Amino acid sequence: MIPAKANPTMQTAKSTRGLRVKNAAIGWSFVAIAAVMIFLFYFYPMIQAFIMSLQSGRGTNLTFVGLENYARLLKDPVFLTTVKNTVIYLIIQVPIMIILALFISVLLNDKTLKFKGFFRTAIFLPCVTSLVAYSVTFKYLFGQDGIVNIMLMKMSLIAEPISWLTDPFWAKITIIAAITWRWTGYNMIFYLSALQNVDHSIYEAAKIDGASPIQTFFKITIPMLKPIILFTSITSTIGTLQLFDEVMNITAGGPGNATMTISQYIYNLSFKYTPDFGYAATVSYAIVILIVIFSIIQFKVAGDKNA
Amino acid sequence: MLKKVFGYGFLSVAAIISIFPFLWMIVSSTNKSVDVTKGRLLPGSHFMENLNNLLNTVDLVPALMNSAKISIITTILGMLIASLAGYGFEIYQSKSKDYLFNFLLLSMMIPFAALMVPLFRMFGTISQNAPFIGIDTISAVILPTVTTAFLIFFFRQSTKMFPKDILEAGRIDGLTELGVFFRIYIPTMKTTYAAAAIITFMASWNSYLWPLVVLQSPENQTIPLLISNLGSSYSPDFGVIMTAIVIATLPAALIFFIMQKHFVAGMMGSVK
Repeated sequence: MIPAKANPTMQTAKSTRGLRVKNAAIGWSFVAIAAVMIFLFYFYPMIQAFIMSLQSGRGTNLTFVGLENYARLLKDPVFLTTVKNTVIYLIIQVPIMIILALFISVLLNDKTLKFKGFFRTAIFLPCVTSLVAYSVTFKYLFGQDGIVNIMLMKMSLIAEPISWLTDPFWAKITIIAAITWRWTGYNMIFYLSALQNVDHSIYEAAKIDGASPIQTFFKITIPMLKPIILFTSITSTIGTLQLFDEVMNITAGGPGNATMTISQYIYNLSFKYTPDFGYAATVSYAIVILIVIFSIIQFKVAGDKNA
Repeated sequence: MLKKVFGYGFLSVAAIISIFPFLWMIVSSTNKSVDVTKGRLLPGSHFMENLNNLLNTVDLVPALMNSAKISIITTILGMLIASLAGYGFEIYQSKSKDYLFNFLLLSMMIPFAALMVPLFRMFGTISQNAPFIGIDTISAVILPTVTTAFLIFFFRQSTKMFPKDILEAGRIDGLTELGVFFRIYIPTMKTTYAAAAIITFMASWNSYLWPLVVLQSPENQTIPLLISNLGSSYSPDFGVIMTAIVIATLPAALIFFIMQKHFVAGMMGSVK
């Protein structure tokens, strides 16, 4: 590529360095737009949010208040309720969904199973709906005189209609049921493809050794899929900590604040109540901290089992 | 034998639960509101009536157009930016670029809820100088969400398996570095682009929170905003709302069924 001239050694040394510098410049220019965009729309706003979290005031008239917002956070009953709600969703919904997805994928991985394609497509189908569309659908399914109550009563499972949306306990259950419906199939796809890479002879060996299906599930399947389980549980955790669309459209945070999430509280603080951007930014940092804490816990749990 | 029965039973129940809300949605869009509340599960003949009512009460077509515009622009721009970067990080690999790459990945940990307030203020400031990309414009919806670390990561992962010899061949043929990217890389990576397109389009078509914050005038409404508004009305017409939901869900569902393979491949590509 480099035209050879007199004094080849000097020339080549010089040109390769020139080429390397040129290549480096080209390489950086390929990544430049993306890097600038991410800094501009992710990292810069996070710095802004931190500065804002040290300020307070209405709308855009902010004054410096130091750590006052952070002190207010710890005494704010609404904030504590939203953290409690979010953590409840997290520790109940994520494990249920992951176990359900694992279980379904193990059943689907059976070589002799018929209608495999139908089952897989059907269970994955909820993932194509938009969060808003399915949330509104669920709101009506679970209404006081909604189809869920009608069917449960027809089957004589309940005598009175359940207040799915207006009772603090059942409202949380409805949200959990909705998220589980939407995301189980999504996680299932990950486990299915991981299972296809697991050597079948391991299962044969376990069978010969007399392992029960339950033992096989806990002693072979789960350990083999550990990396992907970790991946999905971290993404689900991050997703759940940011929960917004479902709660906003199914219960709007009610009854009272019984189903409100942290994200929704930030939205309300900024755009629904008298805007207090400084305090909203403080609450934002609470989510970031929670995400970091839960991710570390999950890595630790996964790591310990390794040892 | 018992295990078999249990397996089929369990999967059937899971499949029924998964499909039921769809069936209910479709059936309800063909029924009158009264019948929906009575729990009618048979298809009716009121779909056209519901559609007419829907078109008369809300600006459905403009909302569909807005959503389409935003999703198409986000998909094309987002894929271009992310694939350029993924390609750059992998083909021109260097230590310092790897540090940058890992740093960019950190942005995946940042929840959007934490970004929305500073972003809103940022676009508020932009509005004063350049109203055409400020609050209540399509640009304001697209700009902060068009570049995602996830998509960069996805393209970098896919580039790992790219046969690098062809690039060299292209260079010898006299193509510039950018020429190699556009003439050789993009055509050979069609399936990766297809998967990326589906992921990006679906995410954009369905996005709710940021458009809710930044789009204020009714004529700029997107489909999720429209449905959310319909859903929170005091005297909802169920037939009409379900018709709107069916129409909003259809494009995404169609794309999914046509490109199912790419969709799953795309999800998998992210964790290889």
